Amino acid sequence: MTTATFNIWRGDAAGGEFTEYTTELSEGMVVLDAMHQVQAEQAQDLAIRWNCKAGKCGSCSAEVNGMPKLMCMTRMSDLPTDEPITIQPLKAFPLIKDLVTDVSWNYKVKKKIAPFKPRQPDFEDGSWEMHQSDVDRVQEFRKCIECYLCQDVCHVLRDHHMHEEFIGPRFLVYSAALEMHPLDTEDRREDLRETQGVGLCNITKCCTKVCPEGITITDNAIIPLKERVVDDAYDPLTKLVQLVTKKKG
Amino acid sequence: MDNYSKHKHDVLIIGAGGAGLRAAIEASVTGASVGLVSKSLLGKAHTVMAEGGMAAALSNVDERDNWQVHFADTMRGGQYLNNWRMAEIHAQEAPERVRELEAWGAVFDRTKEGKILQRNFGGHAYPRLAHVGDRTGLEMLRTLQDHGVHQGLDDYQECTITRLFKDGDRVTGAFGYDRESGHFRIFQAGAVIIATGGIGRAFKVTSNSWEGTGDGHSLGYEAGAELIDMEFIQFHPTGMVWPPSVRGLLVTEGVRGEGGALKNSEGQRFMYDDIPPLYENQTADTPEEGWRYVTGDREARRPAELLTRDHVARSIVREVKEGRGSPHGGVFLDIAWIKEKIPNAEEHIKRKLPAMYHQFMELAGIDITKEPMEVGPTTHYVMGGIRVDPESQMSTVQGLFAAGEAGAGLHGANRLGGNSLSDLLVFGKRAGEHAASFANEKGMSDIDPEEIHRAEQEALDPLKRQSQSTSLNPYQLQFELQDLLQDKVGIIRKEDTLEEATKEIDELAKKAKSVAVTGNRKFNPGWHTALDLKHLLTVAKACACSALAREESRGAHSRIDFPDKETSYWAKHTIGLRKGEDGDMEVVKTPIPEIPEKLQKIIGEQG
Repeated sequence: MTTATFNIWRGDAAGGEFTEYTTELSEGMVVLDAMHQVQAEQAQDLAIRWNCKAGKCGSCSAEVNGMPKLMCMTRMSDLPTDEPITIQPLKAFPLIKDLVTDVSWNYKVKKKIAPFKPRQPDFEDGSWEMHQSDVDRVQEFRKCIECYLCQDVCHVLRDHHMHEEFIGPRFLVYSAALEMHPLDTEDRREDLRETQGVGLCNITKCCTKVCPEGITITDNAIIPLKERVVDDAYDPLTKLVQLVTKKKG
Repeated sequence: MDNYSKHKHDVLIIGAGGAGLRAAIEASVTGASVGLVSKSLLGKAHTVMAEGGMAAALSNVDERDNWQVHFADTMRGGQYLNNWRMAEIHAQEAPERVRELEAWGAVFDRTKEGKILQRNFGGHAYPRLAHVGDRTGLEMLRTLQDHGVHQGLDDYQECTITRLFKDGDRVTGAFGYDRESGHFRIFQAGAVIIATGGIGRAFKVTSNSWEGTGDGHSLGYEAGAELIDMEFIQFHPTGMVWPPSVRGLLVTEGVRGEGGALKNSEGQRFMYDDIPPLYENQTADTPEEGWRYVTGDREARRPAELLTRDHVARSIVREVKEGRGSPHGGVFLDIAWIKEKIPNAEEHIKRKLPAMYHQFMELAGIDITKEPMEVGPTTHYVMGGIRVDPESQMSTVQGLFAAGEAGAGLHGANRLGGNSLSDLLVFGKRAGEHAASFANEKGMSDIDPEEIHRAEQEALDPLKRQSQSTSLNPYQLQFELQDLLQDKVGIIRKEDTLEEATKEIDELAKKAKSVAVTGNRKFNPGWHTALDLKHLLTVAKACACSALAREESRGAHSRIDFPDKETSYWAKHTIGLRKGEDGDMEVVKTPIPEIPEKLQKIIGEQG
């Protein structure tokens, strides 16, 4: 029987250390299976957050050999087992215990984003006419499972800790989904520019690389948002109109 | 100082999946103060795993569809054990609930005319499932979550409820702990809604997330509510069977809705070998006719692969048992074959079934656009749950409501795919509305401090036992229970093994009293598992007792010792379970309400 050895982070905000565990491997196993096996056999109180084990809920995010991953979608057969595999919690958020971090900041950020505000329905039964070609773009963004791997890998949050100034790739994607929703009438550009830090993203595309849903975060969501915001703030024609109408820009 | 936090809400909702969130929105709209408790983070509930769609007779794709046809389909699928009034309400109100989701920001796939697109699914006469590729549940849950958080509700994330409080006949609140810290919370409430979902984790092979431990079923039962239909557990015919680590993971019925063929090792479309009399008129005679149906030929009838889930699951078991299975004990589900029929089949499959494509590619190394999948039955859904009033969703306990999978009645002996998501919306809304009005009318009652003390002790027991030498590992006990149910209360049942099962469940329940956990209260999954065991054992017992009592085969319940449907007694009775005064589980048989003539007529017309 083949085995694998893991260095799993054990501890909480007060401190901790990597602890070594060795467990048996079986065919098709993913990292989350191995963590569960360690939990059932060697470390009952090993804290892991998970739900679906199918890549659909985005709960089991962790760093596997330093890479932000969903543990349920990372196959053991894709990892080298000749040396210990390092499993540690996401770095961009405060640690609760072992592999579980406090992601509540994300919920607070999301709540501050102006919600969906549809135009009047097109038909009496309260429905609208929308074509597939109108919604393709938004549907890509709505695939997001909120695993926050993109937030974890974004250096603005991870290294510069600018959680107060920047909402992170996840919520830029969320904002893009709202802004580009064919029915939405809200204007979020000023918020994006003034308080949500869309300008802080410098397009390193790290978020796109780690997205388990394959959302083209930077190219399809963030860059178009940046363009909208810039058009809004600096378009000379708009400026002129604003000057004439004495409306503040 | 008290070692717990106290909270007061007009309406306390346990569970934040589709039903819980929909209930929370509705109760909040009435002005009630709402507490929404979830075992997971908000937005991670099992609802996200629903793939195929939500059934509603919008008649966007086929104008012949209407609520009457949907009603008749639901009743037929449930083998007429459904609560007719719930089936009627559900069929009538589902379209409005779906349109409402769109108004809250959901983005469904579209028809050529720019309306919500609907797809074919097992047991539905017309294309009826509003969907978004194969991630409809995520779309629905995220829409409810993003709308819900702006309605002024208080959410308690990663908090588990272990006990309900009562004052006489009436529920008064609940006791729970924060998973993160182990900190205790007391909720005082005018009304409580159970929206905790299913019981799939009682079985070894399941499509359910860890949360499906039957908490709400068990909390309700302990509080005196009646459970019904617990013998009806839906084994979804198509779960993954290989590799072992993903055994049970769901393969959406949408694959068959798009033309996927079930084949045995001899390459035969075996579903065409045995078509039940109830569905003879509606089912294609040949795979060719089935394909015409899938591609929109209105004169054609449904392919045999889209027969109801109970029947498809049994047919797969038969093929495997008779030696015509796939290498890993399932059968083949082939969607790649449609390349014989349409150009760009590969693109089409990836667009209509993106999650399935990735799931097989990443977890099994199989490209479903080129090769068949291996599939077999997996525990998916429990038709049984808390008996509720069809209008208000109130249980037999005053002030205690239930909605979604934890409630029962809509689906009878077998649920049609797609009827679950619409169930969550229709009855979640109703539960929220009626719970808020109950709380408004009756106010709150005090919680007995003695009860609080008992709940606290009960929660702490497993931690106190960690020094004992006779203590048992909670994970191990959970595995034993899962094996037991899988073997003895599974797809095919019989008297002697069911009797053994009830005895063995009792023995495990005794053992569970010595379960001990190491570590402390801070995010300790061992402790959480130990506390979930009680719920799992209660629902396991309920399933085994009901399965033993129903001496016939109907819908999802199959007995080899009673292989046929029994048309005089069992066709007209539901099996209920109540906690007796001595603490034992009592089996109660209740006649089902007679279907009114006008609905009977609708059923007749839809033949």
